Amino acid sequence: MTETKREPLIHITKRASLPWYASWGIRGAAILVALIVCAIICVLTTGEKPLRIYGTILSASFSSARRRWVLLQNIAMLLAVGLALIPAFRMRFWNLGGEGQILAGGLATAACMICLRDVCPNWVIIVCMVISSIAAGALWGVIPAIFKARWNTNETLFTLMMNYVATQLVAFFIIIWEMPKGAGKIGIINQKDMIGWLPVIGNYKYLLNIIVVGILCILMYIYLNYSKHGYEISVVGESQRTARYVGIKVERVVIRTMLLSGAICGLTGMLLVGGTDHTLTTSISGGRGFTAVMVAWLAKFNPIWMIMTSFLLVLLQRGASEISTVYGLNQSFSEILTGIILFFIVGSEFFISYQIHFRHTAKKEDIRRV
Amino acid sequence: MFDFVSFIPRAVMQGVPLLLGSTGETLTEKSGNLNLGIPGIMYVGAISGVIGGFLYESSLPSPDAIRALPAILIPMCASLLGSLLMGLLYCFLTVTLRANQNVTGLAMTTFGVGFGNFFGGSLIKLAGSKMPYLALSASSIIYRRTLPFANKLGWFGSIFLSYGFLAYLAIAIALLSAWILRHTRVGLHLRAVGENPNTADAAGINVNRYKYVSTCIGSMIAGLGGLYYVMDYSSGIWSNNAFGDRGWLAIALVIFTIWRPDTGVLASFLFGGLYILHMYSPSGMNLAIKELYKMAPYIVTIIVLVLSSIRNKRENQPPQSLGLPYFREER
Amino acid sequence: MVKLSCGALSQYRAEQRTAALPFAVTILCVERTTTVSENIPAVELRGVSKRFGTVLANDKVSLEIHRGEILALLGENGSGKTTLMNMLSGIYFPDEGEIRIDGKPVVIASPKDAFAFGIGMIHQHFKLVDVLTAAENIVLGLKGHLDLAAASKKIKSICDAYGFEVDPQQKIYDMSVSQKQTVEIVKVLYRGANVLILDEPTAVLTPQETDKLFAVLRNMRDAGKAIVIITHKMHEVESLSDRVAVLRAGKYIGSMRTSETNAQEMTNMMVGHTVTLNIDRPDPVNPRPRLEVKDLTVRNEDGILKLDGVSFIANSGEILGIAGIAGSGQKELLEAIAGLQPAEHGSISYIEDNGTQEQLIGKDPLAIAAMGVSLSFVPEDRLGMGLVGNMDLTDNMMLRSFRRGHSIFTDRKTPMHVAENVVHELEVSTPSLATPVRRLSGGNVQKVLVGREITSAPTVLLTAYAVRGLDINSSYTIYDLINRQKEAGVAVIYVGEDLDVLLALADRILVLCGGKVSGILPGRGASKREVGMMMTQIGGKKSDD
Repeated sequence: MTETKREPLIHITKRASLPWYASWGIRGAAILVALIVCAIICVLTTGEKPLRIYGTILSASFSSARRRWVLLQNIAMLLAVGLALIPAFRMRFWNLGGEGQILAGGLATAACMICLRDVCPNWVIIVCMVISSIAAGALWGVIPAIFKARWNTNETLFTLMMNYVATQLVAFFIIIWEMPKGAGKIGIINQKDMIGWLPVIGNYKYLLNIIVVGILCILMYIYLNYSKHGYEISVVGESQRTARYVGIKVERVVIRTMLLSGAICGLTGMLLVGGTDHTLTTSISGGRGFTAVMVAWLAKFNPIWMIMTSFLLVLLQRGASEISTVYGLNQSFSEILTGIILFFIVGSEFFISYQIHFRHTAKKEDIRRV
Repeated sequence: MFDFVSFIPRAVMQGVPLLLGSTGETLTEKSGNLNLGIPGIMYVGAISGVIGGFLYESSLPSPDAIRALPAILIPMCASLLGSLLMGLLYCFLTVTLRANQNVTGLAMTTFGVGFGNFFGGSLIKLAGSKMPYLALSASSIIYRRTLPFANKLGWFGSIFLSYGFLAYLAIAIALLSAWILRHTRVGLHLRAVGENPNTADAAGINVNRYKYVSTCIGSMIAGLGGLYYVMDYSSGIWSNNAFGDRGWLAIALVIFTIWRPDTGVLASFLFGGLYILHMYSPSGMNLAIKELYKMAPYIVTIIVLVLSSIRNKRENQPPQSLGLPYFREER
Repeated sequence: MVKLSCGALSQYRAEQRTAALPFAVTILCVERTTTVSENIPAVELRGVSKRFGTVLANDKVSLEIHRGEILALLGENGSGKTTLMNMLSGIYFPDEGEIRIDGKPVVIASPKDAFAFGIGMIHQHFKLVDVLTAAENIVLGLKGHLDLAAASKKIKSICDAYGFEVDPQQKIYDMSVSQKQTVEIVKVLYRGANVLILDEPTAVLTPQETDKLFAVLRNMRDAGKAIVIITHKMHEVESLSDRVAVLRAGKYIGSMRTSETNAQEMTNMMVGHTVTLNIDRPDPVNPRPRLEVKDLTVRNEDGILKLDGVSFIANSGEILGIAGIAGSGQKELLEAIAGLQPAEHGSISYIEDNGTQEQLIGKDPLAIAAMGVSLSFVPEDRLGMGLVGNMDLTDNMMLRSFRRGHSIFTDRKTPMHVAENVVHELEVSTPSLATPVRRLSGGNVQKVLVGREITSAPTVLLTAYAVRGLDINSSYTIYDLINRQKEAGVAVIYVGEDLDVLLALADRILVLCGGKVSGILPGRGASKREVGMMMTQIGGKKSDD
C-alpha cells in the first residue's frame, strides 16, 4: 500500500551544462582535497610534517636530472597507452585489454630480437620489431572487436580476459627463452652486441621513447579531431542510429578503431622491450593498461589534456614511492595514495554532471514527484 | 595412473577462493554493477583478516593460549568489515554519485592491492612486533582443522572431508545464493534490477537499495575468499602478491558459469584443477607447458563468452544493465 | 485562478498526510466495493491542467469514468490524451485541478499510489523484464513470500474469468507483442485494479488480436470494471466503447454515448473546424515523375506488417503530403526510400530528368548517394537520428558532407560557412556555432536539421513531422523553406499530422491507413472531413452505412 510520503531531503537533476572553468574548478578542488587527505595519511604513518611530505613528493621527480628523465619516460609510456585507448573509448568501446596488447607487442619484439639476431642485419631486425609488434598488438585488439561487431559480445569482459591469455603466453615464452637455463627469466636480451636495441639519441636513454610518444600524441590529436576517421568514431560513439542514417558502416569503424588501438599498445610494448628494458617479463607494462583507462577517462578522452593527467598520476606515484623509501614504508604505499586520489576525482564528476537541490531551496515543482 | 586422490583436494583448495570471489561478483553483477574492484576487495578481505588475527595473536601471552572461537571470529569479522567498507565505497561512488563503474572498479583494485601489500609488508614494523615475518600459524591451524575421520577414511576422507570450515562455508554460500536468486522474492527483484532498473523502479522496487545491499554482501563474500587464501591455503603466512591474479580469475569464473553461483561450485574446482594441472601432466617438469595450462581458464571463459553471445540465448547473457548507472529521471 | 490552484495545492498536502496511513487506504478500498452507490463515478477529474514548459498539454479537463462502462478517449496526436491518463496512473502530477475516486479527493503521486487506488494503466511501451517469465513479471514488486505456483494459479483464474490466454511459465522474450500486452493487463488485474486504462492498445496488434482483446475488454466491463481506451481510430470507438470523450489541443471538447453519435460527428469534434492558415501554396513548377514507388511492402523488426502494397508517384516541383494516424506506416515509408529500412518486396525507382531509372531498394544511404541521387531526409527523431546532440553546429553540418574530397582530413571550413548561413538565414538562435545542438530549443534544432538537409541541393526531400513541437513562427519558417525547395524543382514528401497544414501546403495528399494507401487527393479543394474519414477507413467510406 501507500508508503509514507515526505518531501525528499535532496533532489538530484542533471545539469544542462557547466562552463569549462567551473568544471575544471571542481576537478581541481577534488584533487586538492585528495592531496590533503593523502598528506594526513602520510603524516599519520610517518609522523612527518605535511610540508615535508609534499617536498618529498616533488623531489622524487625533480631533484636530479636522472629523476627528471625517469619522470618523463614514465609519463610518455603511460601517455602512449592512453593514446591507444582513447579512440576506442570515444567510440564507447571499453578496451580494458591494454595490458594484453602491450604484452603482445613486447612478445613480438622480443621474438624478433632473439630469433633473428643471427639471421639479419640490425636495422632489418628493428624494422621487423616495429612491424611485428604493431601487428601483434593490433591482432590482440581486433579479436574482441570482431566479435563485438558481429555478435555484440561484451567487449569489457572479452578484452579483460585477453590480458591474462597474453600474460600466460609471455610466461610460456619466457621459460622457452630463459637465460641462463633454469633462471625462470630472460634477463637482458643481446646484452653484449645490443642487437635489436633501439638507437639512443645522444646520451639520453629515454629520449627516443619520449619523442615517439610526443609525435604520437600530436598525431592522435589531429586524427581524432580533424580526420574523417576521427569524425566517424565520434559519431558512432554518440549515436549508432545517426551513424547508420548518414551511411557510416558501424561494424567497420569498430574493427578499424580497435586495430589502431591495439597497434599503438603493441608499439608501446616495443618501446618498452626494445627501447628501455631490453628484456621481457609478464609485468613489463607495469599495470599501465589499467592506469591508462583512468588517465584517459580523467582527461575526458582528449590527448592533450591527457598529458596533464598522466603527469599528475606519474608524479604522485613516484612521490608516494619516494615517501615509502625515505620513511621505510612498503612500496605499495603509492598505490594506496593513487587509489585515494582517483576516488576523489571519480566522485567529483558527479558534481559536474548533476545538480543537487536541497529541500528548503527546492521549488514545489521539483518536489512533487519523488 | 592419474593420482585423483591427491589431485582433487588440491584442486578444491585452489578453487575455494575463486568460488567465493565469483559468488560475490555474481551477486554484485546481478544488480547491474560490474565491480572490477573485486581483486582489490579480495586483497583487502585477506589483509583485514590478517590484521585482526595478528592483533589477537599478539595480545596472547603465548601461542598456546589461543582459543578457537576468537581465533576464528576476530579475523573473520575484521575481514568482513574490511570488504564491507570497500563495497560501500564502490556503491557510494557508482550508485550514489553515478561514477563510471569501470574506472571506479579499476581504481579500487589499485587501492586494494596496494592496501594489502602495504600492510602485509609493514604491519610488523608498524606494530613494533618481534615476529620475524607475518605468520599466523596458530590461528591458521584452527582455520585448517578438518572434519573428523578425514584421515581415517582413505580416499573418501581426503576428497570430501579434508578441508577447513571455510571451504564448506563457500559451497554453502554459493548454493544459498543460487537458491535466493532463483526462488525468493528478493532474488527475483534483484534480477529485475540488474536487467531493467526502469521496470523494477516502476514496480516499486527500491533500485538503489538493492544495488547497495547486493554489492556490499557480494564484496563481503569475495573478501572471505581472500581470508581463506591466507588463513587456510597458505597456512597463515602472508607474502606480498602471492594472491596473484586470482581476483580476475574469479571474474572470469562468473562469465564461465553464466551468472550461476551453483554451477560455480564445480566450475571453481575445475578452474582450480586447471591451475595446478601442470603438476600432474605427463610432460613432467616442463615449466613452459605449465604456463600454457594456466592459460586454460581464460581461454575457456572467452569461448563461453563468445558462444553465449553467438547463440544469443537470453538467459545466458550478462544482466542487461550491467555497467550502466541508473538515473530515474533519464528514462 | 491563481487562488484556486493554491487552494487545490494545500488540499493535496493535507491529502498526502492522510494517504500516508496505509490502513486508512485499505479500509477505503474495502468500503468502495461494498457501499459506493452506482451513480458516483469510479474516477472523476475536475479542472485538471498540466503544463510542460510553455506547452499546455491539458487545459482544465473534467472527465468522469464509470464502472461497467468502456470509455473511449478520442483525439488527434498531441491532443493530451496520454498526458491526462498518466496523471491518473501516477506518472505525472497535475498542476491544477483535482482527482476524485469514488467521490473522494485523492492524491496520486506515484504508480504505486495508483495501484493502491485500483487504477492500472497499460502503456504503449511495456514495462516488462525480458528474461523473466510471465508469472515472475506479474508478481514483480509485490511483497511477501514468493510462491510462483500459487501466483500461476491466480493468473490462471484471472485468465479464465476474462478469457485471456497466458502461459505463466513463458519467458517474455519468447512472446509476441500481443502476448506481452496480455501479460501487462493480467499484471494490472492481479493487483486488483478496478479501473483499467489502455493507451492505444491496438497500435501493435493484428486485426485478429484486436478482436480478441476487445472480447476480453467487454468481459471485464461486464464484470463491473471501468475501462478507458485511448485511441484515434474511429472504428474501434464505434465497435467497442459505450461512451466517447473527445480531446482537442489539450481541451475537453465533449462526451456522448457512442450509440447516439456517428463517425462524422466524432471526426468533426476531433479535428475541429477548418482553420484558414496563411500558408503560401505556389503552383507546381513543371511537375515530372521523380520517384515511383510500386507495391512496397515492409515489415518492421518484430515482423509486423507496416506497409502493405503501397504505390504512388512523387513529382518534382510538387509537395506530396502524407496524412494518416500515427503509426500507419509513415516512418517506414520514408526510411525505406532513404535506404534505412529493408523492403519485403516492391520497388522504389528514382527517375532522372532524362528518363533513366535507378532502383533504390536494397541500397544503403551511402550507395544511394554514390549513384548520384541527391536525397535528403529530415527524420522524426531529430536528436536521436538526424543530429548528434553532443556535437556543435559545425560538426552536425558535416554529418552529410564529411566524406567529400580525397583528403583524409575533414573539411571544416565549408560546414562552418554552411552553419553560418543556416544560422543567419533561418534565424537560428544560438550562443555560437560551437554550442552543442542538444542545448538549443526544439525549433532551433529543427531549423539546423532542415537547413542542413536542404543545403545539399536535393532532388528529393523527405520530411517527417517537420514542425512538431515548434512554435508558430518557426513553423512558418519551415513551411517557407519547403515551398522554396518545391519551387526549385525538388520532389518534396511531407509527412504531417496537422490536417490544416497539409491541406494548405500540399499539392497532393496521400492518405495512409494501416499501412495501405487509403487514397490520393488533390490538396486544393480537399476537405478536412474527407481526409479525416480516409485516415480511419480505407477509401473513407463509413462502415455503418
